[in-house]
Amino acid sequence: MSTGILPAERLDALIGELWAAGYTVIGPVREGGALLYDEVRGSEDLPVGLVDRQEGGRYFLEPSGDGRFFGHTVAATPWKRFLDPPRRRLWRAERRNGQLHFLVETEEEVRFAFLGVRACDLHGIRIRSAVAEAGPEPDEALLDRRRSALMVAVQCTRAGGTCFCADLGTGPAVDLPADLVLTELLEDGPHRFLAESRTEAGAKILQRLSLGPAGEVDRAAAARAVAATRRTLAERSPRLEREGLRELLYRQLESPLWDEVAGRCLSCANCTLVCPTCFCSAVEDVTDLEGARLERWHRADSCFTAEFSQIHGGPVRASTRARYRQWLVHKLAYWSDQFGEPGCVGCGRCITWCPVGIDLTEVVRDLRRREAEESGERER
Amino acid sequence: MITAAELAAAHPFLAGLDPERAAFLAGCARLARFRAGEFLTREGQAAESCFLLLEGRVSVEIHVPGGGARPLLTARGGEVVGWSWLVPPFRYRFDARALVPTRALSLAAQCVRTKCEDDPRLGYLLLKRLAAALLDRLQEARLQLADLYAAPAGGRR
Amino acid sequence: MREVPRRYRVAARREEFPGTTTLDLQPVEPSPAADFAPGRFAMLGTFAGEVPISLAGVESYPTLRHTVRAVGGASAALAELGEGEELWLRGPFGRGWPVDDLVRGPVVIVAGGLGLAPLRPLLLALEARGVALSLFYGMRRPEEMLYRQEVVGWAARFPVHLSADRADPGWSGTVGVITRPLAQAPIPAEAGVALCGPEVMMRLAARLLVERGLDPGRIYLSMERNMHCATGHCGHCQWGPWFVCRDGPVFRYAEVAPWLDLREV
Repeated sequence: MSTGILPAERLDALIGELWAAGYTVIGPVREGGALLYDEVRGSEDLPVGLVDRQEGGRYFLEPSGDGRFFGHTVAATPWKRFLDPPRRRLWRAERRNGQLHFLVETEEEVRFAFLGVRACDLHGIRIRSAVAEAGPEPDEALLDRRRSALMVAVQCTRAGGTCFCADLGTGPAVDLPADLVLTELLEDGPHRFLAESRTEAGAKILQRLSLGPAGEVDRAAAARAVAATRRTLAERSPRLEREGLRELLYRQLESPLWDEVAGRCLSCANCTLVCPTCFCSAVEDVTDLEGARLERWHRADSCFTAEFSQIHGGPVRASTRARYRQWLVHKLAYWSDQFGEPGCVGCGRCITWCPVGIDLTEVVRDLRRREAEESGERER
Repeated sequence: MITAAELAAAHPFLAGLDPERAAFLAGCARLARFRAGEFLTREGQAAESCFLLLEGRVSVEIHVPGGGARPLLTARGGEVVGWSWLVPPFRYRFDARALVPTRALSLAAQCVRTKCEDDPRLGYLLLKRLAAALLDRLQEARLQLADLYAAPAGGRR
Repeated sequence: MREVPRRYRVAARREEFPGTTTLDLQPVEPSPAADFAPGRFAMLGTFAGEVPISLAGVESYPTLRHTVRAVGGASAALAELGEGEELWLRGPFGRGWPVDDLVRGPVVIVAGGLGLAPLRPLLLALEARGVALSLFYGMRRPEEMLYRQEVVGWAARFPVHLSADRADPGWSGTVGVITRPLAQAPIPAEAGVALCGPEVMMRLAARLLVERGLDPGRIYLSMERNMHCATGHCGHCQWGPWFVCRDGPVFRYAEVAPWLDLREV
């Protein structure tokens, strides 16, 4: 819709405008040795001059040597904790004289502005919202929070160590209608952002900042920066080949490889916590000691826990093998049947944050390779 | 006297048996009728017959002192009762008691055994059919033991 | 998800056998009309917890019938509710029996244990529409038969095969598994089938019926998984590509047969 140049020193003005427009601004902040998403009051809260190094089972921050605000890639935890709070009360009940009384929980209305959403995470938010929309009883609370949120996307000018968005078509360029899209530039001029608005709400924010115009040099620098990221990703691609993925997994549900992965998997549930699309939750009732009052809570859950698949006799998925298989096959195959596309956006968090460095793309490659070898043997 | 054709058509156990062998086996068969309550077999007694049930209902059971008859399964027309005729010590393992008026083809055990020794091909055919029936019975008995309809111990919800 | 449950009161209760109770539930407050079709389920709750319970009857809507077996704290609290006591209900949820397909008849109904409960409203609906029925009902012991008086009535009107794993000599049904009479009884090849019971029983029965020439596209079965939110959002009841609470609990055998043979999916 409109484009302009936001000088780096005016980033605070943007953040200020967002707050002024009534948004709670959430962005990357340093928390101990990692980046998380949390409230951002000003640019000094952002991890300026830091980059994240991510690999299987490893994550650390180091100086970037430049003054970039968004030199890092995705933060440890995804945005879902704001759209789908991991713990919230749904309703309360009281028992008085043998009668039940229910109280609907009215949620405090918070409008979030997400500052620094990456292309993959925008897809993650889209996919998570599609889950909430599905079925006869949509999760309106989540959808309300999503609808009222403002997305300030940042294009990736660097590929993270475990990313594979290009394989899934979810990045690195921001291709979804975010409200604002920023590209951080250091070359061919001062430290600045190419800022584009893609919605009415985004345009309004830009208008209030009265930005200088973007030139051809700025656009070219932005295109080059994203192209460089795309090249890095292409060099290690394909980490996850989408062609025939669902069918491969359905053929390989009984592969001995699941046992081998289960030998390493700790069932710790980290992958489900950091995944932007993992949506499993539980409802939990808490009563007071008298048994007169009850609260119904919604809380995040994970398919890696024993109780998750409990039926009246015991858990359906008793083994780690079955739970890991459920997680991966759900993400990359069942999801396609359920929602028309895989539930993975290639952000790489599950690889980075797996304490033993299990890489789902490697599991899929192994399944593919073994299948090819077996069919080769049969043909001989 | 039962004709070979009658025999082969009478019971699924013998269905499809070639006419020559059916005729051969018919020499061992006679029609038996049981009143309700009458025993076809008694545990421990010499297994002189094998019964191919034509119609009726038979309870295969074991007698428990103080507890009376403990039914183990109910056999109906089309099933076989009294399998102990084939292997030593040729003694019935269970009681089989007619629950309602029941008709059966009774195959004389000694006669069938002799015929099977003379015609191992017939012996093999019968043994295969018996094995199939035994396999079904064994699976069913195991499923009964599995107690699938029981309320689970330690159910959580 | 934020929706608050509706209040119901126990209008009548009958103990089917120790530990298993049938409850007739009446809404305490006028509630919006809802489609309590045969085969759907509701979440029933007390302060001891909430459990998915199939609808066992709606003959006098808005009174609902549910049969509950006490297997844990929540279900025991429901089974022990006295007449006049309150509980809550969420639902109904899920896809029930495809009555419109089955009404083309004839229909074979195969129930195991508590599995008769969700089949009862189907059976009544089909009988009311003149469908030729037969019922095969397997149970643990004759003492653990649901709806005994009704079953006697059904047996007078259409073929009913009862089979118990264990029984005393006075038992008029057969002793053994229900798949035995299912293998022997005359069943027309064009029959539709509705199955509900332990998964092992359903698996074996469906396989046997297909071997007998029945169309796997007209065999339906009702699955049990960990229904929690009951709206397809919590993920607990997933079974392969399905959410049992939303896509089921009733499935067409032809669609799910391969998944029944996989373990721990």
